[in-house]
Amino acid sequence: MIPLSYFLILGAVLFALSVAGIFLNRKNVIILLMCIELMLLAVNINFIAFSHYQGDLAGQVFVFFILTVAAAEAAIGLAILVVLFRNRSTINVQDLDEMKG
Amino acid sequence: MSFAMPDLIPVMPEIAVLAMACVVLLADLFLKDEQRNVSYYLAQLTLLIGLLLTLNLANEGSRLSFGDSVINDQMATLLKSFIFIVTAIGFVYSRRYLKERGIFKGEYYVLGLFGVLGMMVMVSSYSFLTLYLGLELLSLSQYALVAFNRDSSRASEAAMKYFVLGAIASGMLLYGMSILYGMSGSLDIIEVSNYLIRELDNDVALIFGLSFVIVGLAFKLGAVPFHMWLPDVYQGAPTSVTLYVGTAPKIAAFAIVMRLLVEGLGHLHGDWQGMLIILAVLSLTVGNFIAIAQTNIKRMLAYSTISHVGFLLLGILAGTSQGYAASMFYAIVYALTAAGAFGMILLLANKDFEAEELDDFKGLGERHPWFAFLMLLLMFSMAGVPLTVGFYAKLSVLSAVVRVELYWLAIYAVLMSVVGAYYYLRVIKLMYFDKPLTNQPISQQWDMNLVLSINGLLMLVLFFLPGGLMSLCIKAINF
Repeated sequence: MIPLSYFLILGAVLFALSVAGIFLNRKNVIILLMCIELMLLAVNINFIAFSHYQGDLAGQVFVFFILTVAAAEAAIGLAILVVLFRNRSTINVQDLDEMKG
Repeated sequence: MSFAMPDLIPVMPEIAVLAMACVVLLADLFLKDEQRNVSYYLAQLTLLIGLLLTLNLANEGSRLSFGDSVINDQMATLLKSFIFIVTAIGFVYSRRYLKERGIFKGEYYVLGLFGVLGMMVMVSSYSFLTLYLGLELLSLSQYALVAFNRDSSRASEAAMKYFVLGAIASGMLLYGMSILYGMSGSLDIIEVSNYLIRELDNDVALIFGLSFVIVGLAFKLGAVPFHMWLPDVYQGAPTSVTLYVGTAPKIAAFAIVMRLLVEGLGHLHGDWQGMLIILAVLSLTVGNFIAIAQTNIKRMLAYSTISHVGFLLLGILAGTSQGYAASMFYAIVYALTAAGAFGMILLLANKDFEAEELDDFKGLGERHPWFAFLMLLLMFSMAGVPLTVGFYAKLSVLSAVVRVELYWLAIYAVLMSVVGAYYYLRVIKLMYFDKPLTNQPISQQWDMNLVLSINGLLMLVLFFLPGGLMSLCIKAINF
């Protein structure tokens, strides 16, 4: 039996990677979207691991909802990205600086 | 295992709003462009139906449904009613603005109504799952609304920033929830609360989860240091959307803070109080000082929102029912005031003129004394000057903080609101003591003028008669 802590460490590592990816990435907005997706999946690992070890199914149901919402979120994110590209002809993170102060 | 039909009575308003939003979505397909007003009236009708159904449930007492994941109590009734009212006010204000910019589309109202549905679910949520779903329904509608003006480069930049930071916030909140779920073994807020009563010694893991939850909530509220999205979204979005984003969702955000921190994690009050103090102090400082430097009134109001969030947190962190009631009062009053202030920007805006610079308010006292007077009331209310309700709201929050002997915090908040008074009074100075830059006539519409006048005068009326709303807030807190 794999101990619970292994799953939690994996979840934490993935979560940390995704946060680092969001804050360090200065190039491409699509990488941001991928990091957001990774973040939600890291949370899913946590939920499934806890759900299994607690013997409670609610956590796994929650994961289905998170997956669904993540899909909707990706759709809206990409739609905004298309609008942004049409207006700016760039999806470079550093160019998103019209408003400041 | 048999399938038990859930009790649908407590969620009647949600069902009605959902059904009507779908009706608006479908009806809009068959409308010609010049008939678009029908969508608008249908949207207003939806809000009215929702309001009536909500008030109809007012005397039901607390009622749980859907396996204890949804609750309908006094707090839900009060906050939902104000979400409907504020959204309806916003729709009235934005109609002409949308028409002039060619974005008077049915989708605007569909997204707006789905956002309202999300807020209702948030207010009524009683488990992590419903809370998250409501929050996402609101956020996704808002992302789309911010980008609604497709040809605006600023709006799409604002939407992108809002989307990325909002998604991080949801991720943080979820991570915190997953830890709390792992500890307590349940997603229900009531079960988490019971778990905390049973386990007297506070686990480090609980505090770990709690801090992620607080980061997520702070992002959604716009508290410093998680406020980066707020000024850009307020400035970049079309003003009508800024009004939408800046008013009713604050009430809903207050509600989820109450549900999560107070009803769910109330026994960790000692732990989250310190975190909220840091957020409140930073929000008051950063919000008020940076607002001074702004020349764009939408951006200025964004920083003012941040400072108001600081005040909102003060009442919550006091941890007494007096404090919660004061915060609830503050949230409602703030939403009404902000609706009026953004309404004023919408009023002054014309087809090719956004009226979003502070200078655009110059000489309004000469051009139109009545609207200048209303703006004066709204600004006084935001600054917390006596004779307007903003004073009473600030006073009740501060007295709650003093009651729990956090004297230094109360004094600091007062000092910061003195700093804040500067930039609110500057707007009044520009309106009354400067010469107008333009002589464009202000387009008059009876419905907007009427609602805006009521909205402005409400600031006076609520100062003299705050008792009614305050007693509703106190009643709503006694769960």
